[in-house]
Amino acid sequence: MKRASIIILLLSCTALQALEVPRLGSRVNDYAGMLSPATVQDLEARLADLEKTDSTQIAVLTVPSLEGEVLEEFSIKVADSWKIGQRGKDNGAILLIARDDRKLRIEVGRGLEGKLTDLMAGRIIRDEITPRFRAGDFDGGVSAGVNAMIATVRGEYVPGPDAGDGGSVGGHMSISLLVTLFFFIIMAGAISRILGGLMGGLGLAAAGFLVFPGIGVILLAVLGGVGFVLGLLLSIFAARRGGGRGIFTGGGFGGFSGGGFSSGGSSFGGFSGGGGSFGGGGSSGGW
Amino acid sequence: MKKLLPIAVIAAVVLTGCGYNTMQENEEAVLAAWGDVESAYQRRNDLIPNLVETVKGYAKHEADTLTAVTEARAKVGSIQAGKDILNDPANFAKFQQAQGELSGALSRLMVVVERYPDLKANQNFMDLQNQLEGTENRINVARVRYNEAVKVFNTSIRIFPNNLTNSIFLKLERREPFKAEEGAKTAPKVKF
Repeated sequence: MKRASIIILLLSCTALQALEVPRLGSRVNDYAGMLSPATVQDLEARLADLEKTDSTQIAVLTVPSLEGEVLEEFSIKVADSWKIGQRGKDNGAILLIARDDRKLRIEVGRGLEGKLTDLMAGRIIRDEITPRFRAGDFDGGVSAGVNAMIATVRGEYVPGPDAGDGGSVGGHMSISLLVTLFFFIIMAGAISRILGGLMGGLGLAAAGFLVFPGIGVILLAVLGGVGFVLGLLLSIFAARRGGGRGIFTGGGFGGFSGGGFSSGGSSFGGFSGGGGSFGGGGSSGGW
Repeated sequence: MKKLLPIAVIAAVVLTGCGYNTMQENEEAVLAAWGDVESAYQRRNDLIPNLVETVKGYAKHEADTLTAVTEARAKVGSIQAGKDILNDPANFAKFQQAQGELSGALSRLMVVVERYPDLKANQNFMDLQNQLEGTENRINVARVRYNEAVKVFNTSIRIFPNNLTNSIFLKLERREPFKAEEGAKTAPKVKF
């Protein structure tokens, strides 16, 4: 009974959360079912072509409803999560359409703000998209809008060496956490092996939580379990070595660094953002 | 020398573990986020003269509203922004207030404009309006991100063992986040 109520509580907590950012499946994500398959295919091909020639990424998202969220806030959340555009060039843009709210927005990545200015984005919405939307022609409106966006951003990209990836802060933090944890385990393990195991379990779970604050309870428990076993083994190992300097050779923690966030570019089939960043540029409108 | 090396290595590892680097990274993130806030506000300031000129041509009777905008802008301009402002809570509060007043004056102007259909249909004005909306949105985004960076930083200097490292080595001080002010949360969002 108690367990059931806890589960219900957890479920209701997730249900109370704001509108979730939809998954980025392809360049055109028609979650509101506003577009015909032919239009989607055509847009996909043209946007893929744009990325091939200019490296600029443009994605389209339609949602049935904003569910009470502010358009601009939802839009920047999508942009931050999808990371459309190449890392360092930030040449991405998103056309977001909320069907039932009758609102739309062009969110522009920092690197495109020079070409696809707020002014241009506003004109595209005003002149190309909303007149067609008002007439009920969603295929035509989105096509015309995307065409205008492509035409506007063409030539923005100047071929040059890729900007360095730069280590992720999360990875950096997790490494120092793990190094600290390693020392604590050795110290605790010198007193008692079980203590070393406990230290490992608690420590690894805590480290996991610090690096990925959104981590689930189950994953935390798994991390704790893994940490316990590792801590126990480490304590035993350290004790065998007599606690001397030899412990430093006992690495094997390599696989834990927290990197591996966004993958660069798109390969065959799937589509993913290249790591572009957004600063809130663009324009909104309604029909 | 041979004895010093392990000590140096251990010191480096321990300091890293105690947040020495993390806290400094977090402070840099706060400063970077502040740069974005400043440039977003600056962008708005640059936009205003053009906007006022355009509105003036159509709405001659709204001199008061226009003057209020111009004066609020001048007041914002008189405050020295820059990174130093972050170390001066009084000045930071003044900066916030002046920007808030400008937001208010601008939103009153955008309401007044409602009465002038010719102006609303003017291409130049529509473009300016898009730019103003975009800029207000940038300001919002930059402020939210600044507050997030401040939160991370403030937490990082308070948690154990970072607080020890900080009090001994770094002596970094807590940063003030932006407070939500009336009118700031809902920037002028007048639809035409």
